[in-house]
Amino acid sequence: MLIDDNILKRVKQVIIEFSEIQSDLTQLSIHDNLFNLGMSSRASVSLMMGLEAEFDIEFPDEMLRKEVFQSIASIAEAVESLCLIQN
Amino acid sequence: MTDINVADLSFKQEQFKQQLFEHQLLFNSGVDGIVGRSTQIYELVQALHQMIDAESKKDGALKVSFPPVVPRELLRQVGYMDNFPQLCGSIHAFTGNDLDHLALQNAVKKNEDWSQHLSQTAVTLTPAGCYPLYPTLAGKLPEHGAVYDLCCYCFRHEPSNDPARLMSFEMRENIRVGSAEQVQTWRTGWLDRGLALIQNLGLSVVLDTASDPFFGRGGWMMKANQKELALKFELLVDIWGKENPTAVASFNYHQNHFSHLFGIFLDNGDEAHTACLGFGIDRLVIALLKTHGLEIKNWPQSIRTQLML
Repeated sequence: MLIDDNILKRVKQVIIEFSEIQSDLTQLSIHDNLFNLGMSSRASVSLMMGLEAEFDIEFPDEMLRKEVFQSIASIAEAVESLCLIQN
Repeated sequence: MTDINVADLSFKQEQFKQQLFEHQLLFNSGVDGIVGRSTQIYELVQALHQMIDAESKKDGALKVSFPPVVPRELLRQVGYMDNFPQLCGSIHAFTGNDLDHLALQNAVKKNEDWSQHLSQTAVTLTPAGCYPLYPTLAGKLPEHGAVYDLCCYCFRHEPSNDPARLMSFEMRENIRVGSAEQVQTWRTGWLDRGLALIQNLGLSVVLDTASDPFFGRGGWMMKANQKELALKFELLVDIWGKENPTAVASFNYHQNHFSHLFGIFLDNGDEAHTACLGFGIDRLVIALLKTHGLEIKNWPQSIRTQLML
């Protein structure tokens, strides 16, 4: 799935702000596992809230799963699909 | 559960709670989730502690006790308000002058909310018996780690008419601190030992993975993560029907969470791991009374022998 560049850029910014990952995110592949890089479950919850505020979306309960928040790509795909439905 | 099932369950719980009051086994405080204990219940609680004592002593557990309050700073450090803000019992006190006192008295007399006249203190009610232990373990552990045994009244703000779900309740906890392997071996061993203890009480019990009641929508992810990593197991007893089991004990593996927060290290310098197990004493009491009847002297002899009653 081709992700919109603008969404990808904004998603990365929210991840930098909330994920508590120490690594330089600009050097990562969009498929790298953020949990393996040190993002805690609690930080992923903050990230979810941050994404909802940034994109004015609401993650439905069925999307509140670890797989959805495990990489830049999976997050951006989820955000893009929610923006299409909700905005 | 459907609304009808919820109503049926609530009716069953209320009915049994009223029987406990009528038989003067428990005393009604007037607030859901807060009860007093009779002599019979007091003796039963002591018997349950003795039963757990015998098992804890096999591990050479060191007994430690704390009062039912913890420093507020401790809750901040462990992220309690991130995860369980709905359960916290924060303690507030009056620190004002004479004029402030007048305002407080007026509010109390009018039965208004008087919380605005109070200030936050440095303590909260203890939400989990093991919390106050971890900061005291900062530094290097002995070569084989350590095992602790403690008992504490805990508070969680979840008012309910279920007599097995109190807001202020007694938790008996054992805590293992050591290497990941030591801690996991201990917890795995206790799953069988705990199951056997409860089965010997003649209770219908099953072991299952579980999760804590994390707050809010984000709590879904926390719960899923806890289950995926099998960090929490519970012993579930049938008190109100098999479809609504009640947890009477839990076995929790924290990995290096508390050691990382408080600087607890193995003698080789690695971060320690921790696990705890907790028996809900009041829940065991209710499970026993519901299963074997309100007349403790008429319980099956095998159960009375097991409990040395």
